Amino acid sequence: MIRINCPYCGERDHSEFSYGGDATINYPSLDASEKEWTEAIFFRKNIKGFQFETWHHSNGCRMWLVVERSTVTHEIKSVKPCHPDLQKVVENNK
Amino acid sequence: MTKFNAWNVIKNGLNGQSYWTRQWRDPEPKSSYDVVIIGGGLHGLATAYYLAKNHNIKNVAVLEKGWIGGGNAGRNTTIVRSNYMMPGNHEFYEHSLKLWENLSHELNYNVMFSQRAHVSLFHSPGAKDSVSRIYNIMRLHGTDAELWDLKTLKKKIPHLNYHNSRFPILGAAVQKRAGNARHDAVAWGYARAADTLGVDILQNCEVTGFIRKNGNIESIQTSRGIIKGKKIGFAVAGNTSVLWQMAELGNLPIESHKLQAFVSEAVKPLLDQVVVYGVGGAHFYISQSDKGSMVFGGDLDWYKSYAQRGNLPMVQDVAEAAMAIFPSLGRIRLLRHWAGVMDMTMDGSFFICKTPISNLYLNAGWNYGGFKASPASGWYFADLIANESPHNYVQNHNLERFEKGINIDERGAGPDPKLHG
Repeated sequence: MIRINCPYCGERDHSEFSYGGDATINYPSLDASEKEWTEAIFFRKNIKGFQFETWHHSNGCRMWLVVERSTVTHEIKSVKPCHPDLQKVVENNK
Repeated sequence: MTKFNAWNVIKNGLNGQSYWTRQWRDPEPKSSYDVVIIGGGLHGLATAYYLAKNHNIKNVAVLEKGWIGGGNAGRNTTIVRSNYMMPGNHEFYEHSLKLWENLSHELNYNVMFSQRAHVSLFHSPGAKDSVSRIYNIMRLHGTDAELWDLKTLKKKIPHLNYHNSRFPILGAAVQKRAGNARHDAVAWGYARAADTLGVDILQNCEVTGFIRKNGNIESIQTSRGIIKGKKIGFAVAGNTSVLWQMAELGNLPIESHKLQAFVSEAVKPLLDQVVVYGVGGAHFYISQSDKGSMVFGGDLDWYKSYAQRGNLPMVQDVAEAAMAIFPSLGRIRLLRHWAGVMDMTMDGSFFICKTPISNLYLNAGWNYGGFKASPASGWYFADLIANESPHNYVQNHNLERFEKGINIDERGAGPDPKLHG
């Protein structure tokens, strides 16, 4: 079991969460080329090592989180809210 | 290499088994080859075999970082079937099944291919309609496919749970020519047959880098020295992205996920088919090995991972699915379980294609289905490498299909790799 330290709820089993995917994807502008859209939607770095990824606390607070996790050892370095403003709120409340 | 036949079995029986030779050599790497295949799994070994057999290209090396057949070749549930419907896929997998049917003779090695039928249960009229469509498409293309009603199913497999009121079994979609094979024997059979034709199988030979010249890959740095290859093929599903980035080629429409499989203690003959149960979020497939163990598996672990070990929530899920469909397994003990790393692609279909580097060829993205594909994968990958252009069956199994909008998405699940189980 992976334990994810949800910034809202505390440390929980990963079975409470749903895995999203690569958290570093930025969609291009609507008038960007098909090549750019293809790259954003279909192509992935598929990192072997630490990566930023999204998880949804679907059986908990239902917030989306950005988790920095190793895809080899499953060790987690950091867990933050997805939304940058909520990240600030969580930081200020520490 | 001593051929396996009745005469040699008798002769060696009388000689204390002393005249058998090695199954394949353990050669030192040569400095240069016509074709270097990276990855000594089923696909890499099959490719090397068909390069030598079909195309007379015999100066071939297969590089394997560990021992052959030690990756996903040894981490699957050995199911062979061809129940696909998308153009390209159904021809490809049907050809694969035909190759399986003659594989033991072809390789002079008993791969223990057993066509015991693949039985996909359905639990609602909607599911029946949906699977009828797929199985009708298969029939139109000459693949065997049939539907079993409840009466036939009860007669064939009497001990399924027919009293499940939430997901009552209504019948099954069946492919009778489908079945199982012995995974190790497939790796060893291809290795032995390829080696006999002159292929060098280089084990403990890990690729550590590529030396580029004029846009091509001139040679490969390995743990056993530098090896030149006129043409180079990747067949390392699970770790494709790692090699791809080592060759500085950027991103791929692939994510690596892990899939678990389970083996129980051996029991007396209990199940004579491959049974698949997929409903309400559950996914479960089971067969019985020749040793008597129940071999079964379920879904991915749902998060991206390169770790070859599974996690417990999925063990629980699979156990629950087993109990829902096969309550008689309740007291059976698990002998071992493991995870293999899958190349999960953005549309659930594979790649046998050229790459941006003109002497590099890609065989990747096998999702859940690499085992059954092995013979055809080797066949068409060898064909691509030898003839420089893809066969009709795999003409759209390339990296450009996403930009062109011709995704080969059997499930219609969209661009999320983990959903293509």
